[in-house]
Amino acid sequence: MNTMNKITHHLSDQLLLGYAAGSLPEAFNLVVATHLSMCDECRAAAQSFDSIGGALLQAQPTENLGNAALAKTMALIAKGPKATVSKPVGSDVPDPLSAYIGGGLSDVKWRPIGLGVRQAVLKTSHVATARLLYIPSGAAVPDHGHRGTELTLVLQGAFRDETARFAAGDVEVADEDLHHKPVAEIGHDCICLAATDAPLRFSAWIPRVAQSVFRL
Amino acid sequence: MYNMGMNLDIVQETGASSRQLAYAVFNSNALDDQKANFSAVTQTIPKNIWVDNLKRIQTDQDQQAFAELFGYFAPRVKAFLMKSGASPGMAEDCTQEVMATLWHKAHLFDPSRASVSTWIFTIARNKNIDALRKQRRPEPEELTWGPEAEPEASDVLVMQQESDQLSQAMKALPGQQRELIEKAYFGDLSHGQIAAETGLPLGTIKSRLRLALSKLRQTMK
Repeated sequence: MNTMNKITHHLSDQLLLGYAAGSLPEAFNLVVATHLSMCDECRAAAQSFDSIGGALLQAQPTENLGNAALAKTMALIAKGPKATVSKPVGSDVPDPLSAYIGGGLSDVKWRPIGLGVRQAVLKTSHVATARLLYIPSGAAVPDHGHRGTELTLVLQGAFRDETARFAAGDVEVADEDLHHKPVAEIGHDCICLAATDAPLRFSAWIPRVAQSVFRL
Repeated sequence: MYNMGMNLDIVQETGASSRQLAYAVFNSNALDDQKANFSAVTQTIPKNIWVDNLKRIQTDQDQQAFAELFGYFAPRVKAFLMKSGASPGMAEDCTQEVMATLWHKAHLFDPSRASVSTWIFTIARNKNIDALRKQRRPEPEELTWGPEAEPEASDVLVMQQESDQLSQAMKALPGQQRELIEKAYFGDLSHGQIAAETGLPLGTIKSRLRLALSKLRQTMK
């Protein structure tokens, strides 16, 4: 999946390095892998950070293996490769995301969170949360701030907030300082994949209740 | 947006000492020294033997080629896994699984986009996330050459050369700087503590990879 429109908002080098080093929480890895599937610019950058890992591996002092290690490995090889999950066919989202949804966008089980906005939390490790957001054309995600980092990747449509416009393939990296209110552009509903490593902080009282009920 | 600058800047959220260290590195004359070192090492002739070994595994299921790769890389993979927190026994088992995966996935290795050590690093890293951190590891969509096409020999050579130069540049880094990179890659820093700049000349390898991806996209159309 390679989106046609030009991607203008990319992942930060910090996130790309974290992805290469393997130190990001699973929910962040999911956003990164999905963006890399849509953006060759960031894929090349991510692979260049992989090559640092390769250089480090090569420079490692060695650690001896048991005498039978090679023979045991040959026995593992003889067993054949581990069964891999079959590739989803014709999905409207990139493969890594499709694996978490179990199909395409029509398979998502949305739950309303108010003002027409819907979400679906995806199952990842608990350190951070990944969710799909459905923002109807013209609607707004309630005004919120962050305690940690929030990544928002646009899959369809576009949204604007106080900082810029984000269209399909664009990713917004929001830190603690950003207090924003994303609004979907008129004309298309906007679907995003978002990850947060701390609960969001909503400004209004009603969304705070919704937050406790819907695990925002 | 990709500032592959020469300064190392690993910012810890707390603790001014490491921040001072980062600025000290940034402000020193180390930049010029590194550039000099880097141009000196570009003269070295890269060894492509591991690429040949993988090719022999791909095409002939050559066990001798595998044994040679195993002899060189398995002890390094084990060391990497132990530094990342695995017990010796677990590291031993995981290393065997990593090397078996290498055999099974040999057909996916693309020498115009990675060195053998980089490719093995990614397998070992994923094994580490799976076995030690008990997490799934989402990977980007695979891009592979179709049955009819394969990378050009010149692209393979240049990628292998540039990977070799990166290794040399790593060895030439000042000790403290290299230690911080190791910490980032061996899981001693959380993602909030890692900043992007490594002090390594990543710009060339990144544009090379960008080019390789464009060529691949062309053949996939």
